[in-house]
Amino acid sequence: MIVLTLLKAVLVISAIAAGLAAVLAVADVFLRDYGPCKITINNEKELTIKGGDSLLSVLTAEKIFIPSACGGRGTCGLCKLKVLEGAGSLLPTEEPYLDKKEIADNVRLSCQVKVRNDLKIQILEELFAIREYKARCAEIKDLTHDIKLFRFELTDPAEIKYTPGKYVQLLTPVYEKSSEEVYRAYSVASDPAQKNIIDLIIRLVPGGICTTYCFEYLKVGDEVKMNGPYGEFRLTDTDAEMVWIAGGSGMAPFVSILHEMKNSNSQRKTTYYFGANRVEELFLTEQMKQFEKDLPNFKFVPIVAQPGESENWNGETGLVTQAVERNIKNASDCEGYLCGSPGMIDAAIVVLKKLGLNENKIYYDKFA
Amino acid sequence: MNISGEMTQAFIVCISAIFTNNILLSYFLGLCPFIGCSREMKASVGLGLAVIFVMTCTCVLNWLVYHLILVPYGLEFFRFIMFIIIIAAFVQFVEMAIERFSPYLYQRLGVFLPLITVNCAILGASLFMVIRDYTLIVTIGYGLGSGIGWFLAIFLMAGIRQKLSNDSIPKGLQGPGITLIIAGIMALAFIGFAGVLAGQ
Repeated sequence: MIVLTLLKAVLVISAIAAGLAAVLAVADVFLRDYGPCKITINNEKELTIKGGDSLLSVLTAEKIFIPSACGGRGTCGLCKLKVLEGAGSLLPTEEPYLDKKEIADNVRLSCQVKVRNDLKIQILEELFAIREYKARCAEIKDLTHDIKLFRFELTDPAEIKYTPGKYVQLLTPVYEKSSEEVYRAYSVASDPAQKNIIDLIIRLVPGGICTTYCFEYLKVGDEVKMNGPYGEFRLTDTDAEMVWIAGGSGMAPFVSILHEMKNSNSQRKTTYYFGANRVEELFLTEQMKQFEKDLPNFKFVPIVAQPGESENWNGETGLVTQAVERNIKNASDCEGYLCGSPGMIDAAIVVLKKLGLNENKIYYDKFA
Repeated sequence: MNISGEMTQAFIVCISAIFTNNILLSYFLGLCPFIGCSREMKASVGLGLAVIFVMTCTCVLNWLVYHLILVPYGLEFFRFIMFIIIIAAFVQFVEMAIERFSPYLYQRLGVFLPLITVNCAILGASLFMVIRDYTLIVTIGYGLGSGIGWFLAIFLMAGIRQKLSNDSIPKGLQGPGITLIIAGIMALAFIGFAGVLAGQ
């Protein structure tokens, strides 16, 4: 008896559900057929997709990740982006989440905008570019006793686009000395034109989870994961003379910037003050000399705080900030770019301001 | 009972569903969209109209399925699942149809449909109509009345919240906090209708 009831129940319910599904499937074919639609992103990338779904779900399917907390129900208001053409008028479900300026700028909630025709949208470059990359460690080079250069070849995706000065977050997997995965940020030191290469210059931090992993466990050929690019540190578009100040692994973003300047044949007058405690702690000096040859207005000034007697140093000595003070009389027309430890940056800001540099023309990347 | 008797009862049930037995303010069903979408009058009207429409239609559909299919086969215990499936399918279908045929209606009403697919007030109304053993005609009145009741509640709430938006509300109470308090006060006010209709 029970078996019979169950059988009947299953049959009836299945029949009704199948009937409804059939109706929906037919409706889907006839009602939701909007044909192929073209989405133009930031005027450069074009996607052709089947119309009918929300913009958010279409973009997610194309692996373009727009932040969304509610999963497209129009209750979190996070999935904002600019739709320049083709979205139709603003929906009442979006209005509560947008202010007047956003409405004027054509900002929409991507979960509420349906793709029914060709669209032109604009996504923040950062949002568009940030993603996870798989990479293979291709080379590990000693630069000083506690700084190494790690070269990674991207495997999936195989290319990254970034402006020099950006950083990536390197994932440290669970290993002997750490029971959790952690991300650590490192500035990219490679040539942005070499799209499949990420160089990181890392200084060993005693007891540091990620640096210990990189120095003692990571081997050439190992696979790592990183995400990025992040950060606001970049050259301005002006022609103003630049003063760069860095120490230790703060070298990294400037290497990348120099590559870019070389690629674009930059004529900007640049003086790069790089500080180290001892001569043996200076690195990439040959590469810097090469950049001096390639870039007519670039000058590299290495400064050694306490050269050993046997080290035979005849360059600048003392703290990097002292050298800057000695060499520059008036920096009021310059821009300052700093990268290094918080102590060095704070000291450098004081000196640059004393030399007449406006504080809002000092750009820096502070390593916390 | 003859037709005119049923019509009278349907009318009474409809009125009582709007005021005395308001599905939102006395049963507290459908609170999620009530809180989420009551920031603006315009949005609340669209959502409210969508609820009226869907609630009336699904109550009728569910009545038909329940009495013509589930009862004859002795499968009343399956009504929960059945109702949910029917509501979901119906909402999906209507949304697709509106989107295709009337951009204007879609803009006003259609965008809210996905939000109420899982609105418990819709399922609640269908279940109540079964428990209370309404006839088809009374069910129409009940579905319509419950929808209008919900519409009324969210419309009033949106009006109040729009007024409140210029007031300074203590930080911890902003948003859902103050909305729930207002909902409570509104529910108390609606109790005042209790004596208006003795029967339902």
